[in-house]
Amino acid sequence: MTIDELVEEFDVLCDWDERCDYLIDLGFELPEFPSEAKIAQNQVYGCQSNVWMICEIQPIDPPVIKIFAESDAIIVNGLIALLMTIFSGKTPQDILATNVEGIFARLGLDRHLSAARRNGLFGMVNKIRNYAKHAA
Amino acid sequence: MKTMSETISQQSFDVDAVRCDFPILGKSLPSGKPVVYLDNAASAQKPWQVLTKEAEVYQNYYANAYRGVYEYGARVDEELDGSNQQEGSRIKIQKFIGASSPQEVIFTSGTTMSINLVANAWGRKFLQPGDEIVLNEMEHHANLVPWQQVAAEKGASLKFIPLTVDGRLDLDRIDLVLTDKTKLVAVTGMSNVLGTINPIAEVVFKAKACGAIVLVDGAQSVPHRPVDVLDPPIDFLAFSGHKLFGPTGIGVLYGRSELLDAMDAFLGGGHMIERVYRDHSTWAEVPAKFEAGTIPIVQGIALGAAVDYVNSIGFNAIQAYEHHLLEFATQRLSEVPGLTIYGPSSEHKGSIISFTVKGAHPEDLAQLLNLRGVFVRHGHHCTMPLHDLLGVTASVRASFAFYNTEAEVDALVDAIFFARQKLRLD
Repeated sequence: MTIDELVEEFDVLCDWDERCDYLIDLGFELPEFPSEAKIAQNQVYGCQSNVWMICEIQPIDPPVIKIFAESDAIIVNGLIALLMTIFSGKTPQDILATNVEGIFARLGLDRHLSAARRNGLFGMVNKIRNYAKHAA
Repeated sequence: MKTMSETISQQSFDVDAVRCDFPILGKSLPSGKPVVYLDNAASAQKPWQVLTKEAEVYQNYYANAYRGVYEYGARVDEELDGSNQQEGSRIKIQKFIGASSPQEVIFTSGTTMSINLVANAWGRKFLQPGDEIVLNEMEHHANLVPWQQVAAEKGASLKFIPLTVDGRLDLDRIDLVLTDKTKLVAVTGMSNVLGTINPIAEVVFKAKACGAIVLVDGAQSVPHRPVDVLDPPIDFLAFSGHKLFGPTGIGVLYGRSELLDAMDAFLGGGHMIERVYRDHSTWAEVPAKFEAGTIPIVQGIALGAAVDYVNSIGFNAIQAYEHHLLEFATQRLSEVPGLTIYGPSSEHKGSIISFTVKGAHPEDLAQLLNLRGVFVRHGHHCTMPLHDLLGVTASVRASFAFYNTEAEVDALVDAIFFARQKLRLD
């Protein structure tokens, strides 16, 4: 799914109730994260739920970054699915050029992407950006 | 003329009438769902008596406190500290907690500041290397972290009264930690997670036998139960205005006057001095010694209105009603499959229920409950060591005030069933 398709998908969802349902569906569909990788070093520290994330550079031309992540909260997993659509499989340069705050605002989810909410999403975005910076 | 609440207290407690005092209650979400506010342990709603008082000050006689001889300044001072004509806020609070003198009532920004004040102004002066501070694992971080900080600085150490399996202080094992090295026992009057009401009288008795002083974190207990700082005789009591149906930004530290006099000042600045020289200063008498800078003036005055309001309903009515609601909620929640309530049985508790639902993350539960207009808190509630002990990283907390209803408890339970369905647990 592209980001535009994602925005289109969200546009038909009229309120937070429906968006929440959609995020729950995405959360349940999130590919399983290997349990042996659920270690402290892969943990993204948010306030409330546990999130584990791995970024990997794929040595193709041009090299892209693949993201694997999972939370123990389903709605956060839905948000992770959105982050994967936005970032995973992109080049480090594309990742650094992506205005994720703007996309979340278009999705009507900007409330969920602030440092103050501390649900781990902000930490995930920072981790992805830092990885991209080092890989770029 | 009697206010509505005064009339109620003399008859039976009428929750519908009390709810009319709180303009925010009965509001709905944009979806039309009525709001069920069950996060009272984090902050309570305000009755119009408090809101009106704040507006009255700002609109009619606002000025800085303790500075001006002019009419407004003098009026503000009277509202705070009283005059021949009226009882000021500080005196209302003094009577509310049973203190001997209004000078023992210090205005702070809240419980956290009150405890930090003691940790710094008493702890840094009187703690010695090898001294022990006795805490327990149910304490809020506000009654733990300041002691960690001062203990590290002074070479003192922290000891923890063991808890029973159901989350009460284990009085049978209290003697294991209370020794002649104990200088201070800091204990919550009521756990902000488990709801446990702690046996302060027993703790005070044991602490005094060791020559230790006692600080009670009253953030949760003061809004729900009567407190008398002289019976049992405690040395410090910290609590917040905003949990007591009063404004944010104002809190209280009660301190026994001999201790307050002996302590060093904490924050330096205006109002707290007696005389300032180029290279040193001397301190004002209490409470000014601990009230540096401009205090939250309007909030302090309106806290007096909150105390009047709570008194007008009366703790007999509040305790009886909240206990009934707690038992009703406990029974209703036990109908939910996979739901675990943490803490002791309701006879040992105030009106807080923290729980988890098997297979549902507390963050998901809280978000889904919000969809149904039910506002609860999730997370570690600033008690990470307690959650370590409970073996969970987070929990959901429903905390009730006297304006909550059985119908709201039903809405909570319905919303949890709704969340279970959404999370595909059925």
